[in-house]
Amino acid sequence: METILETKNLTMNFGGIKALDRVDMDVRRGEICALIGPNGAGKTTFFNCITGIYPPSEGDVFIAPTEGKRRRINGLPVHKVTARGLARTFQNIRLFPDMTVLENVMVGRHCRTKAGVLGAIFRDRPTREEEKAVVTRSLAILERIGLADMVNTLARNLPYGDQRRLEIARALATDPFLLLLDEPAAGMNPRETDALEELILKIKDEENISILMIEHDMRMVMSISNRIVVLDYGKKIAEGTPAEIWENPVVIKAYLGEEFETGD
Amino acid sequence: MKRLAELRESLVIALWFMFLTFPILVIQVNTIEKTILWRWQNMLYVGLGSFALSFVWRYFLGKVGTGGRLRTEGEEDPKTRFLRLSGDPRVRRGAIAAAVLVALAFPLLSSTYQVNIMTTALMYVVLGLGLNIVVGQAGLLHLGYVAFYAVGAYTYALLYQHFGIGFWTALPLGALMATLFGILLGFPILRLRGDYLAIVTLGFGEITRLVLENWSEFSSGPSGISGIPRPGFFGLELNIQEATIYLYFLMIGFTLFTVFVTNRLQDSRIGRAWLALREDEVACQAMGVDKTMAKMTAFALGSTWAGMMGVVFAAKTTFVNPASFTFLESAMILSIVVLGGMGSTLGIILASFLLILLPEYLRAFSDYRMLLFGTIMVVMMIFRPQGIITNIRRTYEYHFEGKGNGAADKQA
Repeated sequence: METILETKNLTMNFGGIKALDRVDMDVRRGEICALIGPNGAGKTTFFNCITGIYPPSEGDVFIAPTEGKRRRINGLPVHKVTARGLARTFQNIRLFPDMTVLENVMVGRHCRTKAGVLGAIFRDRPTREEEKAVVTRSLAILERIGLADMVNTLARNLPYGDQRRLEIARALATDPFLLLLDEPAAGMNPRETDALEELILKIKDEENISILMIEHDMRMVMSISNRIVVLDYGKKIAEGTPAEIWENPVVIKAYLGEEFETGD
Repeated sequence: MKRLAELRESLVIALWFMFLTFPILVIQVNTIEKTILWRWQNMLYVGLGSFALSFVWRYFLGKVGTGGRLRTEGEEDPKTRFLRLSGDPRVRRGAIAAAVLVALAFPLLSSTYQVNIMTTALMYVVLGLGLNIVVGQAGLLHLGYVAFYAVGAYTYALLYQHFGIGFWTALPLGALMATLFGILLGFPILRLRGDYLAIVTLGFGEITRLVLENWSEFSSGPSGISGIPRPGFFGLELNIQEATIYLYFLMIGFTLFTVFVTNRLQDSRIGRAWLALREDEVACQAMGVDKTMAKMTAFALGSTWAGMMGVVFAAKTTFVNPASFTFLESAMILSIVVLGGMGSTLGIILASFLLILLPEYLRAFSDYRMLLFGTIMVVMMIFRPQGIITNIRRTYEYHFEGKGNGAADKQA
């Protein structure tokens, strides 16, 4: 399978702390790749580095949205990375709480539309058509995500699980080729997690969007991901299929600590 | 039991106030005759007054805390009734028609003085709506808005002084100058937010005023520039009264124009980007909004209105000097935005009428008018912190058409 995201030697220093230490990894087209690791392993920093929120201290990030075209994207501002097709959600939900559900998704269409100030004032035909297309498209996304009956609710009034889904819907509105999910199942009950699994699989299969997700819920990671990458103290310590990772002693040691290894 | 505790607290407050005001209100020293007059009756008044006020205060505060009285079933919340009525197109059309009639008939029914005050109030409506783009929509706390107002006013004043340029030519030039200044200020502040942004804008406002005050060769310093002509009416000479009424109608036109433009901006791609920026800067960028551009446009467009109003201000007073552009002015416009309800057009219109007209009509209370004015603002912020009118998000109707086919139907 072809690679669509690749990091080479990715390093991020915060003062003296190496949050990421020469991480080489890749995501392939059409897969669900999970990024796991104990707390503080640098998973979210990894997301922030590839999406441009932090410029990496060293190393490179490459994307290949279409086959054969590889581009370096580190150093690009956040919105340009989004425009190139990487969309993300956040660990602590970061919706626009005082905007409606639909408006939240419509903001996601921003980088795919181009009406300017004059268009807004005069509302000429192209602007009206674009606006209509934005609404139709956003509604379609919400319907697929299952939030269609709440379009006019303020985002802050949504139940927790729906807020997480809305974040995904908003990310989908930017037309990504790779969706980065930062702990999508955090705080969800088992039923909500099942629905989320279903949704992620649906996005992968029906929309042809590859997924890279950080997740702590091992049951979910093991059941839906094709490949797992493990980070610990900013270093990649393992990579493989769920079955391989499940039995990898290095991973078990990272998660459970030294004494378990000796006791085994 | 709760009542008893309230009584006791009010009593303590009354005693405290009696103690505090004792030196000023009770003791009166006559330095010539070297006698002291003890005015004990004042202490009694202060005690009774503060006790009653504190009691009433507590009562209302308690009501706010519990969310008002419980409503019996079937009874309509006055707020939802208001929303339903204001959403009804017939009621809306009626209200707008009435407002237009009153606005048109106003100069015929009242004195030049009243018309003048109303013109000022309308200017603040436009300024409020302009600042609302920056503060209410994009969420950038801007404390130096008056600087752009000054830029507009001085553009007209200086252009007239040196080149004899008239009002109608100066109007777009003033707006343009203010926009350019907005972009200029935009550059250093792009990386700032919150408190830091507020301080930088505050500084910018003061710098502008100080430059105008001290650079005498450029702006003739504190003595200002006088003899600026009022707007011309197709070359006709107008006397002061006619000119006032003419300016009033011009301001009505400007206000309608501003309301139209800002409303359209609010409901556009740019407007949504601003709102998103206000709500969450990081998420907004991650959704593909160019933060720099969004902030710049908000600043530039907000400043445009200030520049336009600056030109109108110069034409209205026929005189500009730096004293008109103090921080107090910025604070006033910001109060209009906050009091009106951030982002709400109708709220800002009401708030500017309230804040500009109130001090005028409170003149009957002469010395106490600013005190009353301050009290009203404090009370407003305690009981309605969200502003007079909360901004209502636009809603969209959604129909399911068979399976999986969504059609959008917009509704204002």
